[in-house]
Amino acid sequence: MLEFRKDIFADERDDNLLEIGQPTQRQDMLGHVTATSRYYDDHRFANLLHLKVLRSPHAHARIRSIDDSGAARAPGVKRIIRAADVPVNLNTLLSLMQFGKDDEPSLATDVVRYKGEPILGIVATSERAALEAMALVRISYDPLPAVFDVEEALKPGAPSVNPTYPKNTFEYHGKYDHQKLRFGDVDAAFAQADVVLEDRYQMSPIEHAPTETNGSIAVPDTNGRIVVYTSTQALFFSLDTAAKINALPSNQLHFIGGTVGGGFGGKVDTMTEPLAILAARLTGAPVRYRFSRHEEMQFGSPRGAERIYIKDGIMRDGRIIARQVRAYFDSGAYTRLSSYAVIKCAGHIPGPYTIPNVSADVYCVFTNRTPATAMRGFGVTAIDFAIECQMDKDAVAIGMDPLEFRMLNAYRDGDMKAHRREAKNCALIECAQVAAEKAQWPLRDEFRRMSSRQGGAARAGVTDRSRMPAPAVPTRVPASTTQRVTYERPMPAVSPAATPPPPPPTPPQPPAPAASGHGARRFSSVFGTRRR
Amino acid sequence: MKTPIQFRLNGEDVATFVEGGANLLDTLRETVGDLSVKGGCWQGTCGTCTVLIDGAPRLSCITLAETCNGSSIETAAGLRRGSELHPLQIAFMERFAAQCGYCTPGMLMAAKALLDKNPNPTRQDVIEAISGNICRCTGYEPIINAVLDAAREHARSRA
Repeated sequence: MLEFRKDIFADERDDNLLEIGQPTQRQDMLGHVTATSRYYDDHRFANLLHLKVLRSPHAHARIRSIDDSGAARAPGVKRIIRAADVPVNLNTLLSLMQFGKDDEPSLATDVVRYKGEPILGIVATSERAALEAMALVRISYDPLPAVFDVEEALKPGAPSVNPTYPKNTFEYHGKYDHQKLRFGDVDAAFAQADVVLEDRYQMSPIEHAPTETNGSIAVPDTNGRIVVYTSTQALFFSLDTAAKINALPSNQLHFIGGTVGGGFGGKVDTMTEPLAILAARLTGAPVRYRFSRHEEMQFGSPRGAERIYIKDGIMRDGRIIARQVRAYFDSGAYTRLSSYAVIKCAGHIPGPYTIPNVSADVYCVFTNRTPATAMRGFGVTAIDFAIECQMDKDAVAIGMDPLEFRMLNAYRDGDMKAHRREAKNCALIECAQVAAEKAQWPLRDEFRRMSSRQGGAARAGVTDRSRMPAPAVPTRVPASTTQRVTYERPMPAVSPAATPPPPPPTPPQPPAPAASGHGARRFSSVFGTRRR
Repeated sequence: MKTPIQFRLNGEDVATFVEGGANLLDTLRETVGDLSVKGGCWQGTCGTCTVLIDGAPRLSCITLAETCNGSSIETAAGLRRGSELHPLQIAFMERFAAQCGYCTPGMLMAAKALLDKNPNPTRQDVIEAISGNICRCTGYEPIINAVLDAAREHARSRA
């Protein structure tokens, strides 16, 4: 059962709220238990057509020729949709936020870059008719060398996956091939550490596998607009993406959704709407494009695979004095959202711990795998997994209790983070104390008494205070309780200067996008109205 | 070539024609119009499309419609009596046993099959009864508790 521990930090808030903290019924619960909630596929239309998409069987190949004449003549087939039919056949999802270059076609033109890449759409009177017609399409491929490993993809001579990013790395601010974090001097700290521990962590892609697969129904409206019933978990994001790809003003599309049969991040990529809309426009009829379970599992974008190297420098008294991270995000063949995951990852390093010397390099790498996307804390979950595994190994290496080891190094109010922001409202120590209590995990007295409010670096003067704002809360803490019992919080000099050197110059702001930017600028709701 | 079939759906007689090879899921949704049955995998693995055929839980996506001729079929649409909710529906609401709601109709039917046969199930009975139903929001604990609640409520109302 849910338990509110309002005794913790009780003096930091008023507890007079009427709704927050009170259980309340979901507004959609009655519909769910009576099976009357309307998902996108619970709308019915006369003469509904069905779109199925022919997908690449190769991870990397040049398309020599496509012969769809047999399919076009097959029973029930209303229309074949080819790459040339797509009005704007190159897009990247975050172009709506002016982030990244258009790199992914809706239908492949000359090259397929992952197994399952869409090549051809077939619109027919039933899914079965579309699939039977698909079997009549003849495509001739020249297989190309493929790369499936992030580090292999970065080696000289590796096959180039994505022509928009020929070096197989996403480009930040128009010139940087990765995200970088530097704080203190890790090399000097490693030289002084009692123990240096390095390990490698590999995460596999994970499919969201929502019980409702991705899908949408596009219906021509009486006023010339298209109404789209969709499973998307990002309604306006999908609307703008679909508008861009179809070269339509977004006010020509009316998206209806919100009841989503599970998403978990796997329904933000706008994988079905653009082609369903195109098919509805080309046929004048309502068209459903629904992923089969096989398509959802095999080609629906997964959580990206991540490879992470962590090297820690630890002192025998339990302090982590250095952490170095090298991480590679497997974006698959196209960008989708991995470029953003990398930024989140870099922003999360070194975890919720005060470490005076931190260095990180995080790469978004293209390979010939299924493009990856959002999933439940993507960018953070994997690095957290790696960090927490590493924390356990660190604790074992110096013979310390793993929970006490975490509490010792946990952020406290006033600590300076590696990103040069002051830690505020910290609560890891208190969480650890409650967890220990629940698990009946023995903590020594000084750890049971430990507080996130006490011993922060701003108070102890660990880091360069001249660059730090005044600590947020220390006036509340009685001076007598600020002394830490077992371990001295201030970090001894690990390099000639205990204070970190001035931060390296921050990367310049991204250049202003060219006025002739991609289509999204004209229609994006992110930036308001039409801009052209 | 279409075949005429008749069956009872939630107590009402239904007569329709089905294509050879048509499954019960599509027949209920597309031909009869009972949208309470959801498709999740169309290959008999996820349990989302569970209905009761003559009282037994069955996967409608891999049940040939023609084999249902003369059967009595129950779906989630028939659970409530007018505005009165079934004890399972009330328990699911109170126990927060639905998140996205997509697996809920199948879960409810799997649970109903259990309670109809075994009004006093153990926790293990409930776990086994819904073991063929996937909830990707992973809310299994509230679902198990809701089914046990419904069983207790049912026993109380009959006592």
